[in-house]
Amino acid sequence: MPVDTSKRGREVSSAVETSLPTAPPGVVTEPVSASRRALLVGGLVAAGGAAVAASRAQSQETPDPMAGHAMPGGAVDPYSAHDSGMAHGNMTMVGQVDHAGNGFNPTAMLTDWEVGRTEIMPDGRTLRTFEVEAIDMEIEIAPGVFFPAWTFNGRVPGPALRAKEGERLRIVFRNLGSHPHSMHFHGIHSARMDGVQGAGLIDPGEEFVYEFDAKPFGCHLYHCHALPLKRHMHKGMYGLFVVDPDPARHPEFAAVAASRVLGSPENAEWQELAMVMNGFDTNFDGENEVYAVNTVGQAYMNAPIRIDKSRPVRIYLMNATEFDPINSFHLHGNFFDYYDTGSQLTPTLRTVDVIMQCQAQRGILEFSFADHEDGLYMFHAHQAEFTELGWMGFFDVREAGA
Amino acid sequence: MTDQSEHSRPPMTRLLFVLVPLAVMLGAFVWIASLDPLRGFNNGAPPVEALTVERTILDGSGISLSVRAGGSEAMVVAQVAVDDAYWTFTQEPAGPIARGAAVWLRIPYPWVLGEAHHVNLLTNTGATFGHEIGVAVSTPSATWGQLRLQAVIGAIVGLLPVALGLMFFPAMKGVGRSGMNFLLALTVGLLAFLLIDMTAEALELSGDAAAIFQGSAMVWLAALASFLLLMAIGRWRGNPEGLALAFYIALGIGLHNFGEGLAIGGAFAAGSAGLGTFLVLGFALHNVTEGIGIAAPMLRARPTLWIFAALTLLAGGPAVLGMWAGSLAYAPQWSALALAVGAGAILQVMVEVSAYLVRQNPDRQAALISPSVLAGFLGGIAFMYATAALIKI
Repeated sequence: MPVDTSKRGREVSSAVETSLPTAPPGVVTEPVSASRRALLVGGLVAAGGAAVAASRAQSQETPDPMAGHAMPGGAVDPYSAHDSGMAHGNMTMVGQVDHAGNGFNPTAMLTDWEVGRTEIMPDGRTLRTFEVEAIDMEIEIAPGVFFPAWTFNGRVPGPALRAKEGERLRIVFRNLGSHPHSMHFHGIHSARMDGVQGAGLIDPGEEFVYEFDAKPFGCHLYHCHALPLKRHMHKGMYGLFVVDPDPARHPEFAAVAASRVLGSPENAEWQELAMVMNGFDTNFDGENEVYAVNTVGQAYMNAPIRIDKSRPVRIYLMNATEFDPINSFHLHGNFFDYYDTGSQLTPTLRTVDVIMQCQAQRGILEFSFADHEDGLYMFHAHQAEFTELGWMGFFDVREAGA
Repeated sequence: MTDQSEHSRPPMTRLLFVLVPLAVMLGAFVWIASLDPLRGFNNGAPPVEALTVERTILDGSGISLSVRAGGSEAMVVAQVAVDDAYWTFTQEPAGPIARGAAVWLRIPYPWVLGEAHHVNLLTNTGATFGHEIGVAVSTPSATWGQLRLQAVIGAIVGLLPVALGLMFFPAMKGVGRSGMNFLLALTVGLLAFLLIDMTAEALELSGDAAAIFQGSAMVWLAALASFLLLMAIGRWRGNPEGLALAFYIALGIGLHNFGEGLAIGGAFAAGSAGLGTFLVLGFALHNVTEGIGIAAPMLRARPTLWIFAALTLLAGGPAVLGMWAGSLAYAPQWSALALAVGAGAILQVMVEVSAYLVRQNPDRQAALISPSVLAGFLGGIAFMYATAALIKI
């Protein structure tokens, strides 16, 4: 959590103190550029400095009972560490996003797995069919800030597709948007199904069916592979593609594998969360203005994620941030095991509290709050810039039903 | 007398001739607004947006910005980020900002003394408008001590050099014709430098103003209007000479010093780095010629001490007023306007001093390129240019 360090700045030597912001509002100007007048003024300021110092120093002899606390008139003191009830102080966006207007809610998206529909094929294998549509949509990514997105199924990130290792997958993709689009899956499949030019990249109004086996197991992604790639990616065309391991194929880790199979009894005790780290370049200058996890900046600050402390937590985390090479995840007050790409059943990293992911990198985080006090535990990117531009949230850790 | 017969229409008829085009204009506007014949041009583009930060205040409650909207539609400031961190803010008055309207944004941000900050305003369409705070220092407020301090600086900048220059009057008094020509040409030369300097400054400032003020056109037209008005007033009763001419020069220089004071008052609070008394001395030297210039046309007169006091106040006093106005109610468009008016005034006195110079010489035009006049003119410019180097970095 970034903290106001400037408080300390107030307690430096009295010479500096004199020009610190103790005066009530006056009025003034833009910095004048390096013209004759501006520079001249520098000298004048210096010349007058001693006089200012003298007069201010006197005025400060009277102790201020409100120092360091609320400002007179009930105004917020930006330099106080105690002035705001929330952990983020004044470093927050103003207002609330209309989730209903967006048609998707970041809190619901955490557990909203798209499992499609299944049928048994003649050979006994499961055929799982997903239907995905590309739709142009304006979405509110921060309170009052609207972004002209390209979406899969009207949400950003797109639906979190979930299948099981070894299943046959069929994804029916329809392009209802205004530009050519595709679905390029990170998985093992033939070139014909790759979602690039000539392999499922379709024009508006067209339809394509991708078909391949669900492998390897892990935490993967899909995204549009139309050109220009950066524009199609950062406009919102990406989503999680999770393949659960088949316990029968991993007898040495059958229990671990079983806990990752959505809907299994072993899986039921876990709290699983789908998180996609993303950013939005609202003015199209090649830099993101808003960072988030699951699109809406600071969504989980305003609505902390409820965690039942008796149950372990598993996060399927993916980095879909465009323009910035890496993103990261930091958990407060706790450590976790990390399974990079989720394609192994033993952790890649044990007992860490920060992991980083490059673009399109993803993995699984597992941790528990069982022995913790109740409370709000923060999580955020540890690039403070991303944090302060929206990518931060809270886990609200309590007993079940508390 | 056909002229008179044309003017002999009855008043009601003439009124009608005015009302008819007005009614047609009104009707056309209503028709265009209601039927929107331009909707065929609607290509789905977002509205044009423009935000201009006119004032910045830094104090114990954080950062306040006065922001003027200039978009094709009313604009909404959705979020404010300071140094790449979204921050709470309040807007006064709240709601969409109409085209041409200004609001205050109050951001309780703990700015750091002497450091730079960058404020980014994010509108509802996702457009961003950045505002740089070069060096953060507390904005001076209108306290008695502050005003007094600014008055002292204004006096050093404005009154002192003019008074020093006027003190050369007795020394200048006995010069002959070519000496007189030299001094008058020197005056024109220094005025020429001020004219160029002020015009450039006004145009630069007007570039920072909101588009709605049409900065460049405003500067040129205000300068032209001020020039014409002052010419007309000056020649109301014949060509200005002697004391009258001295007062016009003092007025022009006074307007110049007012603009100077505005910019200084503004920069005073904007936190220009401290550079020492060296600059103040340089400035005094630079402006001493202003007093000499004022004295030159009245060498044939016998001014009293009171006249000198009045001339000093008229030429130098506005620097103090400018200091106050600049630190209390600064906006780039008003500073540009003041400088433009001053430029027009300077041009007027250049014309009048030149005319006076020509009248002083029997050979008229030939005097303009005499060695003493050329030496004075070029010397004046060179002196101003050289001393300006002291205060430019």
